[in-house]
Amino acid sequence: MVTRGFTGRGSSGDQSGRIPPGQHLVENFPVLTAGPTPNVELADWKFTVKVGPKPVKVWNWSEFNALPKTKVTKDIHCVTSWSKLDTIWEGVLIEDILADAGLDRPTDFVLAHSYDDYSTNVPLADLLSGKAMVALKFAGQPITRDHGGPARLLVPHLYFWKSAKWVKALQFTTRDEAGFWELRGYHIYGDPWREQRYTDD
Amino acid sequence: MTDNGTQTASWQSCVIEEIVQQTPSIKSFFLRLSRPFAHIAGQHVDVRLTAPDGYSAMRSYSIASSAASSPIIELAVERLPDGEVSAYFHDIAIVGDEIELRGPLGGHFLWPEPAVDAVLLIAAGSGLVPLMAMIRHRRTQDPAVPTALLLSARTAEDVLFSEELHSVEINDAAFVLALAITREDPIRASDFGRRIDSAMVEEVLARLHRKPTQIFVCGSNDFVNIATEGALLAGVDPSIIKTERYGG
Repeated sequence: MVTRGFTGRGSSGDQSGRIPPGQHLVENFPVLTAGPTPNVELADWKFTVKVGPKPVKVWNWSEFNALPKTKVTKDIHCVTSWSKLDTIWEGVLIEDILADAGLDRPTDFVLAHSYDDYSTNVPLADLLSGKAMVALKFAGQPITRDHGGPARLLVPHLYFWKSAKWVKALQFTTRDEAGFWELRGYHIYGDPWREQRYTDD
Repeated sequence: MTDNGTQTASWQSCVIEEIVQQTPSIKSFFLRLSRPFAHIAGQHVDVRLTAPDGYSAMRSYSIASSAASSPIIELAVERLPDGEVSAYFHDIAIVGDEIELRGPLGGHFLWPEPAVDAVLLIAAGSGLVPLMAMIRHRRTQDPAVPTALLLSARTAEDVLFSEELHSVEINDAAFVLALAITREDPIRASDFGRRIDSAMVEEVLARLHRKPTQIFVCGSNDFVNIATEGALLAGVDPSIIKTERYGG
């Protein structure tokens, strides 16, 4: 349905092929969070990989930072409709974390947990092959608290609520278990190119 | 349908029934839905505008009207300096125009059901909108729930729904209104003449006379951070604080 009198800013020129349907380009980096911003001290920071309820490996900040690091440049897409292009992140790829934990593919599904009790589910296949990392730096600098520092999950090919801020654990689950927003009306998978915003999209 | 009241929300067209200038930068749009829905106070709709060349723009807007099932919902839209959709609403939209929306959406920032002990609401500017739906819902459904609203605005004339809020305060002993007016002196002695800070949050918490069991904060990210830090410093459990930050 055409809206009378609306012309909009038009498409984003050469970058239009990089902006999923219903999204618009931003230059800033909006902050959206469901609760207070947690304050996680590096001295207290821990990251755990679990299979079901069982912890397999726990890293402290310096141990985690000793893992191989990878730098990526990615476009990110928030379900609230903003997209930001060419964001630069550095962190540890999920396959490098699993290798250090001596894990291969214990199950096909993962639930990420955060310090603010947030959680989000991602199929394992979407975390491997260089698709995802636990990011430690944004634009060359430590990630600020507002954006999920000290460490956040980065799964840029899915809507950005999947890139859990203040991440503290990855838990392998036998089934695809819905996380925080997935239990509150948002899509179980969240592919921006298929506009999977809400549960039944 | 999940236990949080969210449901399949497909696109529908609606007609702009009435437009009201609320403050110098905020207008209310009363929209007649083609497929009416019942929403929970705090929920939003996604609005989609489409240009003749097929380009479309989508934004989320909180519902200001109370949750009573009605074919007409109210959105209050602030004109943003660089806004694409808000500029359409403020400069182009007229009564009788049709737009597309889907909703109700959102399963987190919701007035608690069943009602709780005491609620603190904190907002800046148009961040009041989802909280206004809660205040209106409370008036008819949960009038006994002690509720305080701390609302920040630049000047008295920037206070959204000012008349209605003052009237609720006068007629309702269980409702406390505290304004934080940042760019002029406040008129009432009970209001604050400065930006929000921890001490202010603590003082409004004290005026509530009860420990809140739920706190809702809506505004810019910086505003929300100051408000939540204040509540945490006052000893509030972080798990009772729900936030909504605008941007994007």
